[in-house]
Amino acid sequence: MSLYISTIVFAVAIVLFCWSCYRRFRLLLIGKAEDRFKDAGRRIWNVLYYAFGQRCTVSHGYRFGWNHLVLFWSFMILLVANTEFLLEGLFPDYISFSLLPVDIYHPLAVLIEIASVLALLAVCIAITRRLAFPPSYIEARSRDAFIILGLIALLMLAFFGLHASEIAQGSEEAASYMPVSEFLASAFLTNVSPGSLTGYIEAFWWLHAIVLLGFLNYLPYSKHMHILAGIPNVFFRSLTKVNTQPREEFKKGNVYGAGKIDRFTWKGLFDSYSCTECGRCSDNCPATATGKLLNPRLVIHDIKVNLLKNGPLITERKETVLPLIGGGREGSISEEVLWACTTCGACMEVCPVFIEHVPKIVDMRRALVEMSAKVPDELLSLFENTEQRSNPWGIVPAEREKWAAQADVKPFVAGETQYLFYVGCFGAYDARSRKVSIAISRILNSSGISWGILGKDELCCGDSLRRLGNEFVFDRMVLENIKIFKEKGIKKIITQCPHCYNTLKNDYRQYGLELEVIHHTEFINEMIKSGKLKLNGAKDMGNLVFHDSCYLGRYNGIYEAPRSVIASVTGKAPIEMDRRNDRSFCCGAGGGRMWMEEGTGKRINVERTEEALKKNSGTICVCCPYCMTMFEDGLKGIKADDKVQVLDLAEIVSEALK
Amino acid sequence: MLIVTCVKQVPDTTQVKVDPVTGTLIREGVPFIINPFDTYALEESLRLKEKYGFKVAVISMGPPNTEVTLRKALSLGADEVILLSDRAFGGADTLATSLVLAEAIKKLGQTQEVAMVICGRQTIDGDTAQVGPGIATRLGYSQLTLVDHIESLDLKAKKIVVRRRLEGRHEIVQAPLPAMISVLREINRPRYPTVPMRLFAQDAPVTLWNNKAMGLKEDTIGLKGSATQVRKIFSPQREKGEIIGDGIKDPKAAAGLLIEKLKEKNIVCL
Repeated sequence: MSLYISTIVFAVAIVLFCWSCYRRFRLLLIGKAEDRFKDAGRRIWNVLYYAFGQRCTVSHGYRFGWNHLVLFWSFMILLVANTEFLLEGLFPDYISFSLLPVDIYHPLAVLIEIASVLALLAVCIAITRRLAFPPSYIEARSRDAFIILGLIALLMLAFFGLHASEIAQGSEEAASYMPVSEFLASAFLTNVSPGSLTGYIEAFWWLHAIVLLGFLNYLPYSKHMHILAGIPNVFFRSLTKVNTQPREEFKKGNVYGAGKIDRFTWKGLFDSYSCTECGRCSDNCPATATGKLLNPRLVIHDIKVNLLKNGPLITERKETVLPLIGGGREGSISEEVLWACTTCGACMEVCPVFIEHVPKIVDMRRALVEMSAKVPDELLSLFENTEQRSNPWGIVPAEREKWAAQADVKPFVAGETQYLFYVGCFGAYDARSRKVSIAISRILNSSGISWGILGKDELCCGDSLRRLGNEFVFDRMVLENIKIFKEKGIKKIITQCPHCYNTLKNDYRQYGLELEVIHHTEFINEMIKSGKLKLNGAKDMGNLVFHDSCYLGRYNGIYEAPRSVIASVTGKAPIEMDRRNDRSFCCGAGGGRMWMEEGTGKRINVERTEEALKKNSGTICVCCPYCMTMFEDGLKGIKADDKVQVLDLAEIVSEALK
Repeated sequence: MLIVTCVKQVPDTTQVKVDPVTGTLIREGVPFIINPFDTYALEESLRLKEKYGFKVAVISMGPPNTEVTLRKALSLGADEVILLSDRAFGGADTLATSLVLAEAIKKLGQTQEVAMVICGRQTIDGDTAQVGPGIATRLGYSQLTLVDHIESLDLKAKKIVVRRRLEGRHEIVQAPLPAMISVLREINRPRYPTVPMRLFAQDAPVTLWNNKAMGLKEDTIGLKGSATQVRKIFSPQREKGEIIGDGIKDPKAAAGLLIEKLKEKNIVCL
């Protein structure tokens, strides 16, 4: 009778679980198509390395990642044990580990016993951490977390209870291979009557069964869907660095950007399922850190909530009830949140399951700009200026080559000149950055290569417009630039600005244009290494602190070149800030934020400048005109500009030239 | 009911230079833009359209490439755009221009009731601010210039109340409709076009009215119909300033010298 009931309970619970999964995963089909299967070999390797190797959680100095590693591997072992438990529940006479040969059964018993102990320990550590010292970047004491941790703990206790009772009863022949259960049996169950033991066994068995089945059925409805979606999401991760956004096709009747949940790709939606709200993205987000409304973890959470709410309606071709943008409640993302992103990519860099936050934010910005023209006032003039005069300020294009009067510069001649020095809007118009352009031209001349500029014919690369979601105008600008590059036969470009660098290198590639784009830090590094640049030693600049630009570092992996140049010029490595390399903290100007007001919370550039000053710096070295502006403003803001200077790497090198 | 917005395509005057030898404008490579003031006129028309359900017609007199500017108006939400273009219209001053525009508005008025004509305060190339008032005079409309806010509009009583910004003060004026309103930059913030509207505007119809369609007397339009003729264009010579005293070493003495100089020129009297 009991057997009959258990089989039914198990069958119903498993069917329910499968149905829940089906309901959840079916919603992904409303997303747009995207190929994330190509190159399966590399994808499987990623799964082995990042998921099973847990390289994704034990990274970036997150020590509690080790706890996740222990729990993960205990789970993997217990997955085998619990599958057996489920199947044994369904087919008790045919499936059981005890039917295996003892040479396999005994080691397996030890392994499961160890895994259970470790899982229990890991759960205790997790609960203690949440209660005693909760990290600021997650909702550490969420109900969801305690339910799942409690269920796991209960599962382990039931497991030990069951085995201890069986050992005390004498029905477990592998007792000596279950040290913990055996200890519990001898410590607590020696004086229990055989009749009661049978009752204990029955009770623990049912407890184990109900908790396991409950756990299983709880997963699809909680943030712990991560357990089901995390590993697949590693499989589906982008195989290239996420340093650009996809193109859009402009023709009548098309819809642009993601203004509704079904405008994301299926992978974009799947990202939200794989998130377990660990909060590492928020921990590294410069907007979150300075009190802005943006919190990348919540953006992903809201996408998930929106999908669960609207997905079924869209599948049934009904009207959606919760707007994706601006609904003012959970499951809807406010415009202010979307405009707060600097696209620095710190969130994506640290995400253990490779969620792609930035493209989603840009996609939603596209919906605001392209479909409803809802744009912060400051951006209207930026858009008009860039579209009409190909620079953010709307300055007359003829002034683009004015800086060159102060330097030894030649125009780029098709068929003769080898390298184009793409000066960029800042380098050409901004008074401070013009000095950097002059420094770079000195370096280029000293290195003896053939180079030139486009002068007043140079156009803006369009970086800010693309990150701000104005893809329509960006698209036109790219086509105009490509026309010029092709006419002049330009193949090799040296840029001053990391944003021009990334845009020409990674965004323009989508248009079939393969350029060799070199940032000036890379170029200088190469020239010093090959001995073409002769240095004389730098003058004293005080403590030299180096700041990583997001678009150079995280976006393109250039961390070593500037450091090695500094070491060559000054004879010693730069002083490092606490947040550096791939965990560097944005200056606050990326993603079009350069052109917007920063009204909420602390200013990002002030936060970063203060961090630099902690190192007792005399000079802050940057490689980006945005960073330059933000640090100089930051220093003025805290009245430290008379003590500390900001220099571009090129200026330091130019000064040290023989 | 119809609102007619008048716009002009102008050379981007910040990029125009005068040839010092010939005294003519160097137009080569200078992009054409919609007269910035007119974008506020169009925005105000569109806001009134959204509030009261007007139709918005945009008219412009100019060479055929003015079509670009009219398409921009379409992308922002204008219902109908009309290009007034004919060789015979060329070389017009404000007198002849206002005639063609006024006649075009009359022609539009044959099929629909015109409630308002909205213009920018002036163009950035001619800077006369005369065409709007010229239209109002020719059509006998109420003339409301330098408007920075529309206070109220009563379509039943056919009355409009606007705020005019004058030097150092505001003036609230009530006038009967139809009215010609010329607007200041402060009146609104022009919108940005959506992509679907831009794509729509790319091949939406632009109506062309040449003089065949308008049927105006040749001696009232274009160069012939103009009361003014351009004889010469030149950049005014600016006299160089004079540096007196040394404000860094001896600011007191420099200030004294400055006061003497001002007294000498009768700018201050002490």
